Order: sequence, then C-alpha cells, then structure tokens
Amino acid sequence: MAEIRNYTMNFGPQHPAAHGVLRVILEMDGEVIGRCDPHIGLLHRATEKLAESKPFNQSIGYMDRLDYVSMMCNEHAYVLAIEKMLGIRPPLRAQYIRVLFDEITRILNHCLWLGAHALDVGAMTVFLYCFREREDLMDCYEAVSGARMHATYYRPGGVYRDLPEQMPQYIPTGRHSETETEQRNQDRSGSLLDFIEAFTERFPACVDEYETLLSDNRIWKQRTVDIGVIAPERAIALGFTGPMLRGSGVEWDLRKKQPYEVYDQMDFDIPIGTNGDCYDRYLCRVEEMRQSNRIIRQCIEWLRSNPGPVIIDDYKLIPPSRESMKGDMESLIHHFKLFTEGYFVPEGEAYAAIEHPKGEFGIYLISDGANKPYRCKIRAPGFAHLASLHEMCQGHMLADMVAIIGTQDIVFGEIDR
Amino acid sequence: MTTLASLAESVDELLGSALHSRRLDLNELTLEVDSAEIGSVCTRLRDDPSCEFRQLTDLCGVDYSAYGLEHGESLDKPRFGVVYHLLSLNHNLRIRVRALLDQERPAIDSVIEIWPVADWFEREAFDLYGIVFKGHPDLRRILTDYGFIGHPFRKDFPLSGHVEMAYDEDKGRVAYRPVTVEDRILVPRTIREDTQTGRRQAETG
Repeated sequence: MAEIRNYTMNFGPQHPAAHGVLRVILEMDGEVIGRCDPHIGLLHRATEKLAESKPFNQSIGYMDRLDYVSMMCNEHAYVLAIEKMLGIRPPLRAQYIRVLFDEITRILNHCLWLGAHALDVGAMTVFLYCFREREDLMDCYEAVSGARMHATYYRPGGVYRDLPEQMPQYIPTGRHSETETEQRNQDRSGSLLDFIEAFTERFPACVDEYETLLSDNRIWKQRTVDIGVIAPERAIALGFTGPMLRGSGVEWDLRKKQPYEVYDQMDFDIPIGTNGDCYDRYLCRVEEMRQSNRIIRQCIEWLRSNPGPVIIDDYKLIPPSRESMKGDMESLIHHFKLFTEGYFVPEGEAYAAIEHPKGEFGIYLISDGANKPYRCKIRAPGFAHLASLHEMCQGHMLADMVAIIGTQDIVFGEIDR
Repeated sequence: MTTLASLAESVDELLGSALHSRRLDLNELTLEVDSAEIGSVCTRLRDDPSCEFRQLTDLCGVDYSAYGLEHGESLDKPRFGVVYHLLSLNHNLRIRVRALLDQERPAIDSVIEIWPVADWFEREAFDLYGIVFKGHPDLRRILTDYGFIGHPFRKDFPLSGHVEMAYDEDKGRVAYRPVTVEDRILVPRTIREDTQTGRRQAETG
C-alpha cells in the first residue's frame, strides 16, 4: 500500500502565532515544510487610495494605523516627504523631539516584538515584562498627544505642541491606597522629560532582565539558532532592510548612512549579526533597544537646555494660535482656508525613507500641485520581509515557521495597508 | 565614489537610447526609460560598477489619467506608469526609474529575475492597477479579496467601490451586494495657479 505523506495545510488567519491576519497555505512533507504561500490582504484598507482623496494633513492619522506598534515613525516618513516637496525644515527643537519620539517608538516596537516572539516560541514571562515597560512609554505618547497609540503628533513643519511641563498623575482609588498612589506618582512629579529620564535610568536593567530569560536559555537557542538563515547578498536581493538586513551582517542603517533630522549629531552604534539566523536578529534588536536608550538620553539633555519653537511660523501650513484668531482678521482667514482647503504642494515627486524599527519605511508622493496627493505609495518593510517567507521556511519544521514569522516582526497594518 | 550628479551624467552613456529623459529634482534622480527595454536597463543599473543598484526598495504602479485635471491640462501622456526605486548600498545612492505604459493593454517585462523582491511588488501593481508583468511566474492578486473584480487603485474606480459584503437573511450566509454607502468628499480637490510657483521659489530665491 502506498504511503501518502504530502498534504496541504491551512495556517491562520485566526492563529495567535500568525501575528494578525496572516493566512499561509503550507505544503507539508511530514512535519517538514515543502512550500509555503502566504495569503495577505485580509486587513487591506486602501490607505493609499484614501490618502489620495484627502488633504495632506488629514492623512497623518492614517499613518499611525499602518504599523500600529510604531506609530510615530510612520508619521515621520510621511511628514518628511511633504516637507521635502514644500521645501521647509522644522525648527531644531522639533527635530530633537522627533528623534526622541522615534527612539521611544523603537523601544515600544521592539518590546512588543520581543514579547510576542518569545511567546510564540514558548516563553511566557518575557511578554509580561515587556508590556510593563511599554506602559510607561505609552504614557509618554499620551502626555504629548493625548492618545496612547494613534498620536498624530508630527506635522509638516514640526510637531503639534511642545513637551508638557507636567505629567498626568494617578489619583487614589478603591484599589490603590494613598501611599501606594504616592509611590506610583514618584516619577510623575516633574515634567515629561523627567519622566523619560527616569525611564532611561531603569530601562537598561530591564533589558538585562529580558536577556537573562532568553540569551543563554537552552530552549530559546534551540528554537532560534540556525533557523531562517539568510546570506548577506541574498538579504539585499530580497529587499531586506533594518534588523533583518543587519542580522545577516550588512552594515546598513539609514540613521547613519542617510541621516535625517539630527541623527548625525547623535552618538550611537549599529549592532550587526554574523550568521543571519533568528538568534542573531534577536541579539541585534536587543542591542538596538540599548542604543535607542542612549539616543533618548542625549535628546533629553539637549532639549532641557534649548527651549524654542517646535513648529515653523507659517500660517499657510500651520494653524494660527487661538488668541490671535480672536482679534486678527488675517489669522481667522488663514485658519479657515487651512481647514477647509488645506495647503498646496508644488508639482513634483519625492521619496522619503526613515529607519523604522522594522526596516526602511518609505513614502513616495506624487503631487500635481493640488491640495491632495496625486499618488501616495507606502513602502512597508514588512511587505518585502514576508515575501521571503517561503525561502526562509523551506526545509524547516512547522514549528520553526512560527519562529521565522516572529523574527520578521510582522505587523499586518503595514503589510496590507 | 559616485555622486548623484556624476551618476546623472554617466547614465546617458550607460543606457543610450533606452533613456528617454532624466531629471534631477529635490536631490532625487528620475530616469524615464523605454518600457520595452526595462529588463536590460535594470540589469545594467544593477551590474555596472558606477551604479550597483543591488536593491529594489520599491516598485509601484501609477495611473496618470487624472493628473492635473483640475488644472485643465489635457492628457497626452500614456496612462500608466511603473516606478522603480533603486538603492545602491555601495555608493549610498537612490534612483528612481519610470517606464510609461500605454492605456489599452498595460504590460511590461517582469524584473523578478533581476531582483527577487519584485515578486510581491509586481503582484501588487497587477492587483491594484491591472498592469501585466510579462514573465512573472505567479501573477495572482495579492491584496484584494479572492474573486475581486476590477483594479481598485485606477482613478476611474470609485473610492467606495462597487460591492459590499453583508449577511444575507434569505441565503443564510455572508454575500456580496451593490454598495450602499455614498462617496462623501468633504474637501474638493483644487489646484491654484498662484500657489503653484510661489513656495519653492521663495525658498531658493
């Protein structure tokens, strides 16, 4: 009797390890993957087409919802592209604030990635630890923008408002007594910068904590070392960027190579891997968290001693202040025009890319001179990474695919757009 | 070390008649090339030691049919375009390559042999714009639903689409039906003569 061993299996789209709505059709040979075909698009919202139907500023909020674990970085690429076409540059303080929040976002993203990746592979505790730190950073988001996730904080020409002088504080409730509340408010007595500084002081120890759980963990190593190996040349050809590329040993980081904002003023290192496997990519990202911490500290130091404007002073692009609108006709007209019509971007095209936590996130804008983009293409790093899933998984066991999806840092908001 | 300006000079020679025009704007170099020769153009850009564009960062389709319509410009350009964004890690340079395609049957050679990453990007451009990539081994839809009809990013495809999905009492399952939402554009698309030339000139001059 003939033994039939090949079969086709459906994975997802409702699978906790699929990181959202990924559906994969797997051709299995026993427990070994022969072919895998990811089906994406289940979260497709046509963000690019929506952006074409709205004035430029109204799409900033959509950018948050692309990669919904690194919100401000998405906004950053979008406003950079608009600024490039308008020919404006934000004030220096705004550039530092952007760098500060880009790095906070990087830690946010890597914390979620590490927690989810470890959870997929079977380690539960890391997830809880990571979310503890994420909570503090979410509070920073909330303090500047009022929203914990979808901030819409960056604007063409700067950032929406300056860093607050006061952090919101907890109040005693039935669950938390007064002394307890006092303890929780300890870091919140000063400004936002004090709060972030307190975070950066304890964060390296938190990363050590994650590492004690994983870096020398035998099970973790068995699951990640020599899994999903990609050679450097191949990684470039496959369109890998960010930690996926650096894990393979290619020294490429847009913050160093094509610096934007004030990254050229910052002192930080770029970690690279040697083997190009899941374990090396893990090490790269963990080190990136430490480096982000360093950058944040440098930004805090500069921001403390250099007050100033955080957005350019051009009422064609930025709404005038409430007070000036009360008495000044001109301001009122500017405000009205800006919110009913928006601003016009000169005819042309621009591509702006940033070093997003996941890789190169780029926005390609075409304008025909109107108040809305003619075409807005979002280059999502995860799209190119997921496209290589077949190549990375072939010949591996089914359980390794989960580790590979984890290492790619897949988020469907940006892949499906 | 190649700079963008020196590269702009050297591509003339490298690409010869396949290059229709080149433009250096906003510190970005755009090459408009013959769509019939895209394969050889891309191979040369990847392999020539003065270029070495070994990474394709992005590939996307563009529908130019409504370009500058509010401005009253007539369309004398081909309707579709495919835009390639290339990156050279060795020279730290970016370049944009554009091939324009005719309206009736937009088709162009696939570059999947040159950069394997083009696989999904080309599927996406096919899905959203209906551009056919000749030689692509697996040109299926990628972002839209199974069995979707039409190419949604074309300018003549309405923003709200043609069909929506809802639970059908009679059939007892989820089914497609004609779309019931209305297109609601709050801010009309406008182009103003006076703001066209203003800003960037003010910056440079």
